Amino acid sequence: MSPNGTLSFKTMTREPEQRLPGGTKVPYPEPLPLEERDEAAITEIENPKIQINDLNFYYGKYRALESISMQVAEKRVTAFIGPSGCGKSTLLRSFNRIYELYPEQRATGEILFDGSNILDKKQDVTLLRAKVGMVFQKPTPFPMSIYDNIAFGIRLYERLSRTEMADRIEWALHKAALWNEVKDKLKQSGARLSGGQQQRLCIARAIAVKPEVLLLDEPASALDPISTAHIEELIDELKSDYTIVIVTHNMQQAARVSDYTAFMYLGKLIEFGKTGTIFTNPRRKETEDYITGRYG
Amino acid sequence: MNLYTRRRVINVINLSLSVFMTAFGLFWLVWLMWTLFSNGFQWLGPEIFTKNTPPPGSAGGLANAIMGSLIITGVATLIGTPVGVLVGTYLAEFGRFSRIAAAVRFVNDVLLSAPSIIIGVFIYEVFVVTTGHFSGWAGALALSLIIIPVVTRTTEDMMRLVPDSLREAAAALGAARWKVVSSIVYRASMTGILTGVLLGFARISGETAPLLFTALNNQFWSTDMSHPMPNLPVVIFQFAMSPYEDWHHLAWAGALLITLSVLALNIVARTVLRPRRIER
Repeated sequence: MSPNGTLSFKTMTREPEQRLPGGTKVPYPEPLPLEERDEAAITEIENPKIQINDLNFYYGKYRALESISMQVAEKRVTAFIGPSGCGKSTLLRSFNRIYELYPEQRATGEILFDGSNILDKKQDVTLLRAKVGMVFQKPTPFPMSIYDNIAFGIRLYERLSRTEMADRIEWALHKAALWNEVKDKLKQSGARLSGGQQQRLCIARAIAVKPEVLLLDEPASALDPISTAHIEELIDELKSDYTIVIVTHNMQQAARVSDYTAFMYLGKLIEFGKTGTIFTNPRRKETEDYITGRYG
Repeated sequence: MNLYTRRRVINVINLSLSVFMTAFGLFWLVWLMWTLFSNGFQWLGPEIFTKNTPPPGSAGGLANAIMGSLIITGVATLIGTPVGVLVGTYLAEFGRFSRIAAAVRFVNDVLLSAPSIIIGVFIYEVFVVTTGHFSGWAGALALSLIIIPVVTRTTEDMMRLVPDSLREAAAALGAARWKVVSSIVYRASMTGILTGVLLGFARISGETAPLLFTALNNQFWSTDMSHPMPNLPVVIFQFAMSPYEDWHHLAWAGALLITLSVLALNIVARTVLRPRRIER
């Protein structure tokens, strides 16, 4: 599963079984009794950037998220893990209300961004999306030049002079660790870059409008190991300036890049806490089964 | 016969059938082109483009008909393109999930396959009768009704080829719906839409029935669209039905001319404007 041997594991995932000398298995800690677990398994965060209260999400009549409540810490990386279809992407997609492109999708509950509810009808989605940038699973360069790809987002909000625009684009490409590779071909079509470069272009494009939060929906799952490593290094650098939420299928990736991890299963938030704790000492049986590879 | 041989035999039969049918279809097409060339090519001289349609028994060309046809089809395309593109945009973008859009799409498909003579009769009734005379405008209007569904359909198809991930990416930056469509989706589907317009133009350039009821014909040079206008299809129709030998020659030349221009338009549409693969 490890995409690249050169990457250092910040947190070790624990071995599925440990044996004492003599062959006796060390038993896993017994899961807490149900009523205690629900409280204990969701860690509270002080001064969160995003506070989710009792969030439900529906695709038509199908309920994909069931009363999710959790917080996202400011200027930290929060990872959502869980098996396919568990609702982690759905949860991410409600943070910028991108689901509204599809009329049969809706969310109920509260998502407080700096204290104000973004699910409120009165919330201007354009302003919301200026603050909450998003990068998708497949790289999505627009059918235009590298320069225009980045300028597109900036022009939605700001009127910059030519030099200011050029500076901003250079800044964004530096931030996304792409500048050195594209500085001589800014007029070239973004579609002609490699997959990994395209994805960094998309990150640069999201950063260029100076958001506060970056949503990354499996940003490396379509990339090769080296590009994946680039993206992970990038996430590490970006977290000093941005609140980052990342959805990933890859548990090692979550372990490597995130400060907090949320484990979701069948539309429910099962466990949420410090990444180190989740991966070494999960409090719930389901989490443990998942991270040790017993299902999912 | 074991399973493998059986499969091979079935494969050979199917393959030969499709090759034969392709050859069968091509045979008629080649024959048609051959007939046109052998009858029309010898009369396709420079005077075709310089002289007007003659009275029977004297020499002439098709200059007025060519000009009239260009004007009528040009105006029809100018009317039909914006309407078709906007309706296609509505169907592909704004009305994707609505029942009204489904109804519009159905009506459009009906219009797409409506016999063109009916459109001619319709414009005759509502425009020619009301204004009191045949005119170039009526012809252009009738042809625009034929090109609108073509452009609508291609626009919708081409815009739907643009993946939703691209729309989401633009919307996630905060772009409003119309901005997403105009800056991203149109840009990604532009060549496809242009191809559709060009093929629509080719399609209406040969329509005869609607023009018989609307633009009618004119023996003289005329660029005034409020009067009956000469045009190639109707000239071909009238000259071919006539008993005069030299009118027949002109009809053949005109038929070959239309065919060659449609062929040229198709080639341009398929090579120069070949829709580039839409990038994810």
